[in-house]
Amino acid sequence: MYRWKKKIAPYLFVLPNLIIFGIFIVFPALFGFYVSFTEWDVLTSPEFIGLGNFIKLFQSAEFWTILSRTLIYVFSVVPITFGLSMVLAIILDRNIKAKGFFRAIFYLPTMLSFIVIGVSWRWILGNNFGILNYLLDLAGMAPVNWLTNATTATIMVIFATVWARVGYFMVMFIAGLQGIPGVYYEAAKIDGASKWQQFRHITFPLLKPTSLVVVVLSTIQAFKMFGLIKVMTTGGPGDSTTYLVQEIYQQAFQVGDMGYASAMSVMLFLILGLLTIVQFKVSNRGGNAYE
Amino acid sequence: MNNKVKNILWYVILLSFSLIFVLPIIWIFISSLKTSNEIFSWPPTILPNEVTFSNYITAFSKGNFVTYFKNSIFVAVTATALTLLINSMAGYALAKFDFKGNKVIFFLFIATLMIPLQVIMVPIFIVLRNLGLYNSLWGIIIPPAATPTGVFLVRQYMTTIPDEVLESARIDGASEWRIFSMIILPLSKPVLTALTIFSFMWRWNDFLWPFVVLSTESKYTIQVAIANFVGQFSVDWNSLLAMNIVAMIPVLLVFLFFQRYFVKGIAMSGMKM
Repeated sequence: MYRWKKKIAPYLFVLPNLIIFGIFIVFPALFGFYVSFTEWDVLTSPEFIGLGNFIKLFQSAEFWTILSRTLIYVFSVVPITFGLSMVLAIILDRNIKAKGFFRAIFYLPTMLSFIVIGVSWRWILGNNFGILNYLLDLAGMAPVNWLTNATTATIMVIFATVWARVGYFMVMFIAGLQGIPGVYYEAAKIDGASKWQQFRHITFPLLKPTSLVVVVLSTIQAFKMFGLIKVMTTGGPGDSTTYLVQEIYQQAFQVGDMGYASAMSVMLFLILGLLTIVQFKVSNRGGNAYE
Repeated sequence: MNNKVKNILWYVILLSFSLIFVLPIIWIFISSLKTSNEIFSWPPTILPNEVTFSNYITAFSKGNFVTYFKNSIFVAVTATALTLLINSMAGYALAKFDFKGNKVIFFLFIATLMIPLQVIMVPIFIVLRNLGLYNSLWGIIIPPAATPTGVFLVRQYMTTIPDEVLESARIDGASEWRIFSMIILPLSKPVLTALTIFSFMWRWNDFLWPFVVLSTESKYTIQVAIANFVGQFSVDWNSLLAMNIVAMIPVLLVFLFFQRYFVKGIAMSGMKM
């Protein structure tokens, strides 16, 4: 009896999680994959059209524009977030006064929802009422149409994303830094290594596992961005800040082309998967000088 | 340059940089306390001439703001309770039992970190509709409760609990459920606290899921309500800024009281959020 119970127990424990998981993640993922090969407006039943949606996708100039725009956004957000969070972590890992206070401040925005953040920046960046244009005015500069000009809107969306996320990755880097034994630095000092050399040959290589997680996570997060853009620019002006997820949402729920939207979702999944694999491969090839 | 001057210079740089992170939030708060005339006055006043809470009163009395707030609380609390229960059960099974399929299930959970809602937006909508969960608060509570991150955190923590504790309880004749609820859960308090905090925050701040699932206004969560408010033709900034501040309060309170858990939680997981 006791043995039988011990055998069956783990399955019962894992079951609720597994059921929800199966119904709401695994099944939809497979179903979505199927839908991407169909033409479907939700009202009728899906009709199998093979690679039709993907062919349409590859031939659509709009898709390539949105994809390259998304890549520009992601590959701006990731390096800036990465560099900034690492620098902040290195500064705030040292024994300086009030480091807890500074950490809390940089972490603060990561607690807020992207909706709240988007609204806040929209208010600050308003053309005729925003405080930023007032400050420019005080400095004797001309006002800027922050969110109604395609270029500045893109820059500000990138800025707001970095602003919102940098504290989170800073904490990750701090945790990584605390795992580096102090003796390495002491030895380096004895050998007369400069601060830069210490960073270049100790800190940076030993932070590699953390760095990898930060790059992968910030990349995935940037590709997923939806809420911030929805409230900050609504994808505009025009469609200059409309990225892949916005487009999937519009095609699915506004145009009603589920097959085409699903094909884009499959593309997004492939991009995320591929990037993660590439990043792990690249970092493994480099090897770790200390192991 | 001597060391002291250099030090002060560093602090000045750090302090001015940190202003970029707090001033926007402070500015939203100050603006929300201004009257509807003053909020748009040019040049803008830095501090309000006349402090008023009328924006908050209007926001709460007009529209369904109280309903949105209640919906958000209901979703965040219920979903967190459900997440804790099923994640800790699954984490326990994966950490403390050597059963067939253990590794496969664990791998399955972790692999789906690669499938965010953004990717399955379309099919999840169909699934929820067929289950009658579309436009229902349960439709945003149940599906994301099986978080891979939560299972992972709990499992990692529970592996550190010694097996002898369980074996001796079994010899004493305790049922498996009793062992889990009376022994394992109390021993896992740190990880469960961290998961509670993160889960509450994820749910409170969640936007895309409720946005896809909810269609009638009386079901809206705060985040969806604010987003729709912005989408309107002329934005009512007075109420909007007040709502924005109210939407910040719960997470800021959580942050204030449980700060140390955030650092631990992030360090433990190195995942998601």
